Amino acid sequence: MTGLRKRGGGTENISDKEADGDDRLGLQGDTEGECDGDSKADTPDVPLSTADSYNTPQYLNKALAGLPPRWKNYWIRGVLSVAMISGFFLIIYMGPVTLILVVMTVQIKCFQEIITIGYRVYHSYELPWFRTLSWYFLICVNYFFYGETVADYFGALVQREEPLQFLSRYHRFISFALYLAGFCMFVLSLVKKHYRLQFYMFAWTHVTLLIVVTQSHLVIQNLFEGMIWFIVPISIVICNDIMAYLFGFFFGRTPLIKLSPKKTWEGFIGGFFATVVFGFILAYLLSQFQYFVCPVGLNSETNGFTVECEPSDMFVMQEYTLPAVVQNIVTWKTVTMYPFQIHSVFLSSFGSLIGPFGGFFASGFKRAFKIKDFADTIPGHGGIMDRFDCQYLMATFTHVYIASFIRGPNPSKVLQQLLMLQPEQQLGIFHTLHSHLRARGMLPPAAAPAE
Amino acid sequence: MAELRHRGGKDTDSPLQQQPSEDKGSDSELKVEKDASSDSEAKVDSGVPEVPVPADDTPEVLNKALSGLSSRWRNWWVRGILTLAMISFFFLIIYLGPMVLMMIVLIVQIKCFQEIITIGYSVYHSYHLPWFRTLSWYFLLCVNYFFYGETVTDSFFTLVQREEPLRILSKYHRFISFALYLMGFCMFVLSLVKKHYRLQFYMFGWTHVTLLIVVTQSHLIIHNLFEGMIWFIVPISCVICNDIMAYMFGFFFGRTPLIKLSPKKTWEGFIGGLFSTIVFGIMFSYLLAGYRYFVCPVEFNNDSNSFQVYCEPSELFQLQVYTLPAILESFTGWSTVRLYPFQIHSIALSSFASIVGPFGGFFASGFKRAFKIKDFANTIPGHGGIMDRFDCQYLMATFVNVYIASFIRGPNPSKVIQQLLALRVDQQLYIFNSLKAHLTEKGLLAALEDAVA
Repeated sequence: MTGLRKRGGGTENISDKEADGDDRLGLQGDTEGECDGDSKADTPDVPLSTADSYNTPQYLNKALAGLPPRWKNYWIRGVLSVAMISGFFLIIYMGPVTLILVVMTVQIKCFQEIITIGYRVYHSYELPWFRTLSWYFLICVNYFFYGETVADYFGALVQREEPLQFLSRYHRFISFALYLAGFCMFVLSLVKKHYRLQFYMFAWTHVTLLIVVTQSHLVIQNLFEGMIWFIVPISIVICNDIMAYLFGFFFGRTPLIKLSPKKTWEGFIGGFFATVVFGFILAYLLSQFQYFVCPVGLNSETNGFTVECEPSDMFVMQEYTLPAVVQNIVTWKTVTMYPFQIHSVFLSSFGSLIGPFGGFFASGFKRAFKIKDFADTIPGHGGIMDRFDCQYLMATFTHVYIASFIRGPNPSKVLQQLLMLQPEQQLGIFHTLHSHLRARGMLPPAAAPAE
Repeated sequence: MAELRHRGGKDTDSPLQQQPSEDKGSDSELKVEKDASSDSEAKVDSGVPEVPVPADDTPEVLNKALSGLSSRWRNWWVRGILTLAMISFFFLIIYLGPMVLMMIVLIVQIKCFQEIITIGYSVYHSYHLPWFRTLSWYFLLCVNYFFYGETVTDSFFTLVQREEPLRILSKYHRFISFALYLMGFCMFVLSLVKKHYRLQFYMFGWTHVTLLIVVTQSHLIIHNLFEGMIWFIVPISCVICNDIMAYMFGFFFGRTPLIKLSPKKTWEGFIGGLFSTIVFGIMFSYLLAGYRYFVCPVEFNNDSNSFQVYCEPSELFQLQVYTLPAILESFTGWSTVRLYPFQIHSIALSSFASIVGPFGGFFASGFKRAFKIKDFANTIPGHGGIMDRFDCQYLMATFVNVYIASFIRGPNPSKVIQQLLALRVDQQLYIFNSLKAHLTEKGLLAALEDAVA
């Protein structure tokens, strides 16, 4: 969503899409001359797409034929934004399985976009084996991560089926062996004239995997904590983009960072406050529904996902006494809210203050390789990567936040590990746990009648 | 150790070898390669000029002692002496104990990181990039902090729980590490300068890939170490042995080239190295498996605040009697043989070191050719940089770690207790009941229930 924000910032700003396109081309033209002299010239420009080469579907073109080009661009971007947000609501409605599939699809598309840029930058279409190897490494890393997730959450299902049990027990070894096979293929594929290119593409693939794949799996792990941990962070980033753009458009005056000249401080700060308020309200709305709040579990009988539980303390209304200062202003003594809303303030702050650095990073990357957009998948917006660049930092932050402040270890995983220990070790732990629980008063003083 | 093998396998009286400045036959390969590929390289890689080849760094003392010999023999002697010195050093640090080993691993890691980053600087002439060196070292610190923190929390659990500041650092460890990394990331974004975008992104990518390779694997080595020093010593020794043996076999019998990437490696060296490394591995593990010092997991003694290696050796390190299959019986005339089970595992380790380990060396060779450098650095006279010696070790370390996790070790009981006690009480109760049912089913609990009641 960095594109949206670029257009705000100054009353005399030309926000025309063609002019915008020219502007960006012009900007790159300035940097181009200086850049090339210094940078190593072994990475020629990726051919710039012209300003008007959107894949705008024909019917949209016809419907908007009457309007001047500037408004046409606004309308296209607006229509596509609304379409994407509606799509988001639809997949939330359809449930966890669809969400996981969509996350995976987005991941594959992002990976493909970045790898394609690498090909074009290095003219490396003709490298032997390279495409095969990139996709092979993607499959390996995905196999590793999905395997770890599946083994954690679907423990019961895995224990039942014999082949799954085998795959799960030796999962790391199998993943490592698969990766090694790819590594050895890479070494065997090194061709005399292309060593450096091949190493560059190898590194490019690995950095892309690091960014794209690990973070999409963090998104899925957040999802399993409860769909609210998936919906609220993503909505916060989207809201911040839109709000910062609007604030910048109406009030923008002071440039924020040289890297993205059209971002302004007014947009940044306005977006921050608006996002905090929005996050607060959205958290309140969603916390009431079990569908969003409960961890996603696998129902062994129906073999489907269920979201049914007793909501944890975080999603139960509590009364907070306002500090005296705020009391004077607002004349309320106490306020009832969900504890989760307080957490949402932290999530919103991160999404507004640090999230944009992900966008700056992607802007820098696009300038470095002289591309306007990552791809042309979404008319008016660019590629999937363009839309998701700010989301990645947010996903990692949410995951780390949950692990540090919210969630303890996963009980079924602990039980799994327990059952893998030696019997003497299990007995030892049993006794420790017994005395611990008895001390807490959870067990009756007499021995529990087991047999 | 890739360089050792380069010299085997061809007639050693080629004129190129008598030039004093080159003590590696690979130099001749490089020169030939440069001529052949200069046309294509000019088209493809014109932007990356060669890294200046460092001059020979042999200490003066060695130079004087060997001044009488011809250059070729002098090079042999320098390499031989340094090899012996390194192996002796290896024995010394093993003797000094786990603490010293961990520090040595850390130092090696830092040196490898520095070598690779320096190559990046030279390749891209990016000395003047603002902030870049600071950021690279900062990222190294962050990632090390993250990994060491995870290790420390696992192994020094009691110590950490005792001290209040450590406890807080441990509880929020991931968050703190992430925050530190983010600061570096934001500094990088803020440091992007108009003229140098692409360079800066290249160096950012270079740093991260280096961290991925060097730091993660040095931590896997330390994990292996904590399992028992034998899991550290035997793999490293297997790789060293394979290098030396493959070189010897190649030198005496080498005829058929192995791979175009390293023209001096031969199939004879490869196969001879495989068999001799397996035999070496079996014998060496037999020697080491008898001593608790090597076999016991390294633990932290809370009272004495130091490491100790004291335990009852697991079944893996107790002699067992195996019946030989009939073929071997008739071959050797023994009907049974007494082995440590660990020796059978050592066959797997040796095979990996001989068959897949060299690919790490090929990778490093390809890397050096791609960037037209002879060695990673000049730290060790006659051998090159630290990275040159450790390139095959990295794959080995990861393999050993995965092998242990998959085939040897179950989860760590104290870690499981830790996690149990961190759960909510209702979850603990649920696990308690499940465990009770499981143990009762196994018949372990009935007798003890009476004792408890």
